[in-house]
Amino acid sequence: MIEVLFFAQVRERLDCASLTVALPESGLDLDALQAQLIAEHGADWGDVLGQDNIIRAVNQTVAQGNPALRDGDEVAFYPPVTGG
Amino acid sequence: MSEPRLSVRVQVEDFDPGALQDSLLAGAAGEGAVATFTGYVRRSNEGENIASMRLEHYPGMTEKSIAGIMAEAAGRWPLLAAAVVHRVGLLVPGERIVWVGVSSAHREAAFSACEFVMDYLKTSAPFWKKEVGPGGERWVSARASDDARAGRW
Repeated sequence: MIEVLFFAQVRERLDCASLTVALPESGLDLDALQAQLIAEHGADWGDVLGQDNIIRAVNQTVAQGNPALRDGDEVAFYPPVTGG
Repeated sequence: MSEPRLSVRVQVEDFDPGALQDSLLAGAAGEGAVATFTGYVRRSNEGENIASMRLEHYPGMTEKSIAGIMAEAAGRWPLLAAAVVHRVGLLVPGERIVWVGVSSAHREAAFSACEFVMDYLKTSAPFWKKEVGPGGERWVSARASDDARAGRW
């Protein structure tokens, strides 16, 4: 299983803080996971997860490129950060 | 030189900058300089008064991200210790939000590393602010000027 987390505006707009996705035997990369979430949940999710400035993290590190996912990975989608 | 002492705390409670500065020095030898930064909740943002704000974060990644920034700073400057405290939850104008402290033998490293940690924290640590004002609630937008500051390093 892959745990998927959403934060801030992304969480509010999706009305979802987290969900789990089964890892298919054929494997899954980050782009494919994102496409699968949009396909399963519809256009609203496409609007939110398809934003240019969305940040993707895998195992609590910002993802570079399109990494392959492994069982037990934690993936997060969130907007640009505004701390400090 | 021994490894610098690095610490990160994310907490709801307020903090005491003086006590934090003292704790930065405790047990270490050779400091000639401590540089600190304290950030506060502003009373207005983009022309709108702020009644309160709520700070959200990504538990686990926040600490990992800030620890990584401090380790990067320790690789660039000869630090003796560095610490970050960042508050989350409900905050009102005038309250402290964030504290960064760095100790080193000399001021240049302390000043530079403190600013570096703060600049990277603002642009990469996963915190989000939602302000409450006369117009209701709104998420704070990321600033291009913050990216530009972090990009200088």
